[in-house]
Amino acid sequence: MQGEVHDLATEAIQEGAATFDIVPPRGWFDLDLRELWASRELLWFLVWRDLKVRYKQTAIGVGWVVIQPVATMLIFSVFFGRLARMPSDGLPYPVFYYCALLPWTYFATALTNATQTIIEHERVITKVYFPRVLLPMSAVLSGLIDVAVSMVILVGMMLYYHLAPKPTALLAPLFLLLAIATALGVGLALSALNAIYRDVRHAMPFLIQFWMFASPVAYPSSLVPAHWRWLYGLNPMAGVIEGFRWALTGHGQPPSGFLFVSAFCVLLSLVGGLLYFKKMEGAMSDRI
Amino acid sequence: MKKVAIAIDGIGKRYRIGRRERYLALRDVLANAAKAPLRLLRGRPQNGEDEDDHIWALKDIQLEIGQGEILGMVGRNGAGKTTLLKVLTRITKPTSGRARIWGRVGSLLEVGTGFHPELSGRDNIFMSGSILGMKKTEIKRRFDEIVDFSGIEKFLDTPAKHYSSGMYTRLGFAVAAHLETEVLLVDEVLAVGDLEFQKKCLGKMKEVSSGGRTVILVSHQMNQIRRLCDKVLWMESGQVRRCGPTAEVVGAYEAAFGSGETVRQGGSGGKKVKARFLSWKIVEPRAELPNLLTTLGPFTVRFRAEINQPVRLGVHGVEINDAAGQLVWGNAAYNLTLRPGIHEFEHRIEGLPLKPGPYSWRVTLFDEFERIDMWDCLPELMIGTKPQGHPRDEWAGFLNVGSQLSIHSNGTGPTA
Repeated sequence: MQGEVHDLATEAIQEGAATFDIVPPRGWFDLDLRELWASRELLWFLVWRDLKVRYKQTAIGVGWVVIQPVATMLIFSVFFGRLARMPSDGLPYPVFYYCALLPWTYFATALTNATQTIIEHERVITKVYFPRVLLPMSAVLSGLIDVAVSMVILVGMMLYYHLAPKPTALLAPLFLLLAIATALGVGLALSALNAIYRDVRHAMPFLIQFWMFASPVAYPSSLVPAHWRWLYGLNPMAGVIEGFRWALTGHGQPPSGFLFVSAFCVLLSLVGGLLYFKKMEGAMSDRI
Repeated sequence: MKKVAIAIDGIGKRYRIGRRERYLALRDVLANAAKAPLRLLRGRPQNGEDEDDHIWALKDIQLEIGQGEILGMVGRNGAGKTTLLKVLTRITKPTSGRARIWGRVGSLLEVGTGFHPELSGRDNIFMSGSILGMKKTEIKRRFDEIVDFSGIEKFLDTPAKHYSSGMYTRLGFAVAAHLETEVLLVDEVLAVGDLEFQKKCLGKMKEVSSGGRTVILVSHQMNQIRRLCDKVLWMESGQVRRCGPTAEVVGAYEAAFGSGETVRQGGSGGKKVKARFLSWKIVEPRAELPNLLTTLGPFTVRFRAEINQPVRLGVHGVEINDAAGQLVWGNAAYNLTLRPGIHEFEHRIEGLPLKPGPYSWRVTLFDEFERIDMWDCLPELMIGTKPQGHPRDEWAGFLNVGSQLSIHSNGTGPTA
């Protein structure tokens, strides 16, 4: 674009380059990181609004954060644990399931919310410009408060079962970071797709359910035959959940090469999601 | 020589017809994809839609706006005014051409952008300000001014969902009016709200541009444009019809309406229709503008129509709708026999005690078989009477009726 600067007579009387140069969309990659950095304040405002509004006019309020994983944990403990006698890597069933449900619930909620953001903000998107990436980003970030609240319950459970936290617990945030990146990468792609094809919304519950059974939430990954492990590792959440459980309790599979496959897939989905989102961004306000 | 703030060079924006509103279902795309190989075989490019499938909402716009200028934009609905603003704010990308802007851009395409009904007024000031591009420190610094301007200090901690539409508008505009950007783009948002507040907003806009800021303002209200703008851009069918000094362009624009040259947009499409409404105006009492009503008393409005074939057992309907499209009044005359020629339908109306603001006429003509014509009249009817009800907009309601209070009492007790 710099080459075209002198094609207008007006240029002679302007001192600097234009603040905004508005041209038709071109190319695949025009991610403006500077712009993103400049609008970080808006990102925090969006997260802050999300948190303020989320449990307005609910009787139980923030209790809902805990109810979902705890209720699922109880159901899993009874059906998969007590009745089906699923192996649990030597952990009490409630701890085994809750350790997995904590990152999983975060991931599922973040992904679902991120996917909806663009449609939900249709009005704003057609009335004012800001980097649209902020919307799915804020949805993914605001879910982190839920993780903090759920962690309190987990600590309580570990105390109850006399499970001392291992030093590896310091690695837990690393696995959480992978979950955040996955939710963001996939959320970016799906939210852009959702803006144009509303089919996405109908496919979401199914996708989430399928994904959960493809991750070691209800069962340990040791149940997966060794020669299929590599394929299993392509699911980033498999590495995240198994790793999170291992980091906190020391039970289960320690991360192996299989985590690197997961991490690589996370990176791929993040870059791919961002590229696809940026590609669609220009058309969003016209086609939403 | 003056510095340029906005340089628009050949900007065009093309939409696929029908694509703008409708969203796609995946199966349409799959069906198209299935057909794509066939199309390739036939030697047509995959995206080679015919030009007929598209409309150019903007075409080859050339324009330069100097720093500190206020440019008014006029034109009928669908002329491309809002699309141009959307391109300049980067909400939508142009299909061709280039536009450059020197300075930060603030936009006001609706009032209360980014408001959330569950948040309090205070929180919404921060939310809206931030989404419009203000920094937190800027919002903090101007917070008191914003609250002052909106006049809702008592309700700052009330959730916005409990606000009246008047309060909502005030707060929304108050935030936007304190944007500190070098360029401000304003769509027709001042038509809402009571006249008193409108005046305050106009004053603020003047102030904004005298501070060296560049403003583009879209309005249907010519008196607003006259009062505020240095230059006016007249858009028609996505192109610049005329651009120049305010008096000149506004004069030409009004003349076009008054003379009946292009009073009604989108002609009959070439084919001869049975009848067509052409223009309308208020003939008595005369106001500054032919579409401005300044009296609460009786007035006469005239609709001109061209009748090409005789009409038997005709029906002529007239109605008034408010800005939200709600029917406020209607009437009709039956059993009309009309010969070909130009007809003037004059309605003597006893008075319209309606809250000041924009309304629209809808006139219709039926013969014994079908509806021959319907016209949502443009420009719209502006009611500019003096408010008679409660001074606060949200307590005044939608009727503009004066009242007097006298208190009759048989009380005998002490007064205090």
